Amino acid sequence: MDLNLSDEQKLLRESAERFVTESYDADHRRKTANDPLGFSPSVWKQFAELGWLALPLPEEFGGLGGGAVDLGILMEAFGRGLVSEPYVATVVLGAALIARCGSTEQKQASLPKVADGSLKLAFAHSERAARFDLAKVTTSANKTAQGWRLAGSKIAVLDGHAADEIIVSAHIHDHRGPSGRIGLFLVQATTPGLVISDYPRLGGGRACNIELFDAHLPEDALLGDGSDARPAIEWAVDRAMAALGAEAVGIMQTLLDTTLEYTKIRKQFGRPLSANQVIRHRLADMAMQVDEARSMALRAALKVDAAPIERARAASGAKAKIGKCARFVGEQSIQLHGGMGVTEELEVGAYFKRLVAFDTLFGGSAHHYARHAQLGRTAVSA
Amino acid sequence: MDLSFNAEERAFQDEVRGFIAKNLTEEMKRATALTPSVFSDPDIGMAWQRALHRQGWGAPGWPVEYGGPNWTPAQRWIFETECARAGVPNVNVMGVKMVGPVIIGFGSPEQKNFYLPRILSGEDYWCQGYSEPGSGSDLSSLKTRAVRDGDDYIINGTKIWTTHAHHANRMFALVRTSDGPRQQDGISFILIDMKTPGITTRPILTIGGDHEVNQVFFDDVRVPVTNRVGEEGKGWTYGKYLLEFERGSGIASAKLREGLKAIADLAESDLTGRAIDSPDIAARISEVEVDIDALEMTELRVLSALQTGQNPGAVSSILKLRNSEIRQAVTRLGADVIGHDALTVEPMRPLYKLNHEPALPEEMLTVMPEYLNGRAYTIFGGTSEIQRDIIAKMMLGI
Repeated sequence: MDLNLSDEQKLLRESAERFVTESYDADHRRKTANDPLGFSPSVWKQFAELGWLALPLPEEFGGLGGGAVDLGILMEAFGRGLVSEPYVATVVLGAALIARCGSTEQKQASLPKVADGSLKLAFAHSERAARFDLAKVTTSANKTAQGWRLAGSKIAVLDGHAADEIIVSAHIHDHRGPSGRIGLFLVQATTPGLVISDYPRLGGGRACNIELFDAHLPEDALLGDGSDARPAIEWAVDRAMAALGAEAVGIMQTLLDTTLEYTKIRKQFGRPLSANQVIRHRLADMAMQVDEARSMALRAALKVDAAPIERARAASGAKAKIGKCARFVGEQSIQLHGGMGVTEELEVGAYFKRLVAFDTLFGGSAHHYARHAQLGRTAVSA
Repeated sequence: MDLSFNAEERAFQDEVRGFIAKNLTEEMKRATALTPSVFSDPDIGMAWQRALHRQGWGAPGWPVEYGGPNWTPAQRWIFETECARAGVPNVNVMGVKMVGPVIIGFGSPEQKNFYLPRILSGEDYWCQGYSEPGSGSDLSSLKTRAVRDGDDYIINGTKIWTTHAHHANRMFALVRTSDGPRQQDGISFILIDMKTPGITTRPILTIGGDHEVNQVFFDDVRVPVTNRVGEEGKGWTYGKYLLEFERGSGIASAKLREGLKAIADLAESDLTGRAIDSPDIAARISEVEVDIDALEMTELRVLSALQTGQNPGAVSSILKLRNSEIRQAVTRLGADVIGHDALTVEPMRPLYKLNHEPALPEEMLTVMPEYLNGRAYTIFGGTSEIQRDIIAKMMLGI
């Protein structure tokens, strides 16, 4: 039992924090927020040079073989700087799905390119009618003589506009109709019949909705052997929730630091705000919730390779708890900044919005407490 | 990083399990499960303390030269966790965990030789004389006075919330030995024999129906000066040292988890008409379980820091605060899970020795008393408001 960072992990944290402090300031964020791309290609190149794109990828395909804790360290630093590069879409979700489901050829074709920064990915899974139910997919994939024909709509695809290839989940239909299996399909961004409508995403970066109008794909667009991808999707999303939880911790820590400073400087009634016990107690609660969130993100990371139910309960528990903490810390940061907190003139709002996006993505606290409870009962009755 | 235990630690875990299996009787287990106050009564608690002492485990936190087992933080974690899982008696902490460390840290050689072995063996049973009717959170305003008379102090005043004063043969107390500009500087730390003439004890019943705390009166009570620990006027420093121990021995999550499990079992049972089938109850059980997970991880993070000699800092206030809040959440959930049975009051004590058939099934007997008495968790040992003051000051510098 040891929860201390290794020397390598300390170095990773230092270099990630240094990068964010030195290169990722408010000006940079404002510039990318108004940019149609939503992030900076030169920063992406730096990520590749620093080895961060390769960090969690398997070593035999150009990766560094890092674990979920390493990923969490990087993500927490990203949170502190409100980094908007498509890291989650490409590395945490996209590359992980290829690494888990793809054939050796598919992994060889994609993963080294992700590592060197020349391939960006996205994962198109959510559908409007499914809400947060990961198992529900109506987008269809019909087998054709040449390969596959995909039809359907996806929403809230992170960074899909920037992706070279989008991994699309679809219900596989064979000659008898729906097979009950979900497949993952690698769709080139240039595929005819694929329509991408992108928009600015709450809290920075971009997202898109996509439509597939009988898009024709080659035979080898299907990742792996076509067995049901639901377990892999649950796995990938649980891992992503752990990583996003760490990012949320970084965001919350920055909000706490900023708000604490502000309450020391801002004077009303002839004394600093922090001289009031009601303010000090609020800040104590915020600090406590940041700490609880940090514990939960770490716990989820340490359990990503556990048995599916244990992993999923840790991920859902973390998502629910961190989401709750994030709303509290975010909303109170605005409250304690007073009127200025509600303006775009301070960065508090941007950090708050990223936390709201975190809480929303893959389902909010209520959804994940319910999933946690359901999985607990499965575990008991199993 | 690694959450799992190594081979040595797993071997120790087996050793602890073996010890518990051999020494925890069904009677102790049942009595503990049916005790809705913080600590087991001495007949149960001290039987367990004696078993621990026989094994050399009587005082896990003490240095080895005073009889501590020299455990690593991970071993302490394993020990506490296994004890919680098995449902061992809750030994009154006033001796081993509170006055013991103060005597070790600041006592004279004579005091160490006399008191420490008697704490370990369970021969002495201690209570704590800190709070007074006029001094709760503002402890340094205490007024119980010790006036020097030759080789004695003469003590007058009163202490309150004194846990198990009706069982204890000794009390450690903070008393005022002088008045000065700073209230804290006039306080001394005194060890008192409860049989000394002039001491009377009044029981205080708590809202759950239990007699655990008391008010103690001192009327010209003579105590030898040699019963003072450390220097006169330094009692505040020693007392604060001890409060750090009270706030967080740092391993509370395992007990919370067992408490929640008992409530979840009730919710799954026909006794409650399967309360778990209500989505609201199911989600609330998960919410509390996740809060326990977070507390456990924080405890393990502190433990890891301690293992490498780092100082965890003001986190003991966070642990105290969260432990008390989660404990209340567990008991509140229990009260909701049992539904109409929350209306049934069983006034007799102890619940494990009733001489009539109770109106409730045994599994439910402690639920309401625990909820009601449990309101005290966010009050004793420094209220939640005081903990927040400490967190703001120590962690945030405001």
